[in-house]
Amino acid sequence: MDFGYSLSPSSRIDLDLFDRNRFNTLAEIEPDVLKCMACGSCTATCTAGKYAKNSLRSAILYLQNGQDKQALEYLKPCMLCGKCFMVCPRGINTRHLILSILKIYNNAK
Amino acid sequence: MIYEGKQKIWSEYQKEIPEDHYFYVRSCIRQSFFPASEKVFLDITRNRLHKDFFETEHHTTCGGIAYHSDAIPQETSMTIIARQFALMHKYGYENYVCSCITSFGLYTETLETWREFPELEEKIKENLWESCKLEFAKPKYLAHASDLIYKYRNLIASQAKFKLIEKKSGRPLRVVEHIGCHYAKMFPSRGVGGAEYPYVLAGMIEAWGGEVIDYPERRHCCGFGFRQYLIKSNRGYSLSNTHKKFESMEPFKPDMIITNCPGCPYFLDRWQYVISEMEGKTYGENGHGIPVFTYEEVAGLVMGYDPWDLGLQVHQVGVEPLLDKMGIPYDPEKKYKGINNKDLGRPELPTCACL
Repeated sequence: MDFGYSLSPSSRIDLDLFDRNRFNTLAEIEPDVLKCMACGSCTATCTAGKYAKNSLRSAILYLQNGQDKQALEYLKPCMLCGKCFMVCPRGINTRHLILSILKIYNNAK
Repeated sequence: MIYEGKQKIWSEYQKEIPEDHYFYVRSCIRQSFFPASEKVFLDITRNRLHKDFFETEHHTTCGGIAYHSDAIPQETSMTIIARQFALMHKYGYENYVCSCITSFGLYTETLETWREFPELEEKIKENLWESCKLEFAKPKYLAHASDLIYKYRNLIASQAKFKLIEKKSGRPLRVVEHIGCHYAKMFPSRGVGGAEYPYVLAGMIEAWGGEVIDYPERRHCCGFGFRQYLIKSNRGYSLSNTHKKFESMEPFKPDMIITNCPGCPYFLDRWQYVISEMEGKTYGENGHGIPVFTYEEVAGLVMGYDPWDLGLQVHQVGVEPLLDKMGIPYDPEKKYKGINNKDLGRPELPTCACL
């Protein structure tokens, strides 16, 4: 029966089920990842973001929630232009952070 | 659940509830959803427990639905509320009790706002006089009706004809208690037991012989949320919240659900049908749903009211399996008979025929 609306897939995360080691390694190498306040300046200013699914803000949130695959999807179109580095209010070296994420999560380009 | 820990937390969030003399205010939607709940509340308190509960036909809605849907500004809802309080004062009462959780939350929010911003209170005073020529007053005590049933739970238990116990085996019924978000999540100190561990319904369940189920999504919203259900395209959010709760409580095999909010029992009840149509899944025994009740309905069942006088025939999920468990007699022929044996009509069977 079509009610005109449907069930959304559950976004429930079981924190006991995912491995936090990789995120802890990332935080050791790039302590800046913990400074992100998810303001979205990086995403708003992203050159690629206008045309592709590219958002460092979303990627960091996904990594914190143990959703690695989704996080990497949000970094694939990155061209490492560094515009996000210039606008980050917390002074995070975003280019370096993105490269470290890709290395640690076995997706180095 | 570490019971001792919960008891310590509960002890820090106990509120004084006056014994008697209340000005009672109905909900604008509960009489459609659960037609006998408010009537039974007044019957129990007035005629069985001999307490003084006054109500007047002159009170209106609190404006909560319009306020939370951004249809009216806060000052308008405050003036409506000031009028309700003024009526209480006019009839000589100081204790105010409302049937609805949304109202309770809004009354609490309004009183807190007036305390923080006295200039706003002055403005509302003027609005009230200009619009209604009524004298402004604030209640000495504000309660939700479930606070009162909680207060009287042992009195009710002493007059109980049935307990929340499976008659055949003597096993306590496993009960899910669901508290409306606006009861204590906004102002934890205003609710019995606080926001995280409200004791108001758990206390009733324990006093009447049942066993409270502690499940992971116990404090999760039912999904009612005004913006979610008012707009059809958003109703999936509401449904998904309810679905999440049922998935979480399912392994604990609840016999029934008790709630103290107008929207929660309605959605927990009706969405079970929608989920069964969409997913082909039911959460109760033998392909049935889990029956959902208001606390007044459960108090009525415990005290021996006829299930059909309690309006249980308008529930989506059939209540008969639970009545059988508790050993409560009922006449199936009278299920759809109204006052003076007027035929109420019969609902169509759901296509899945599983509720």
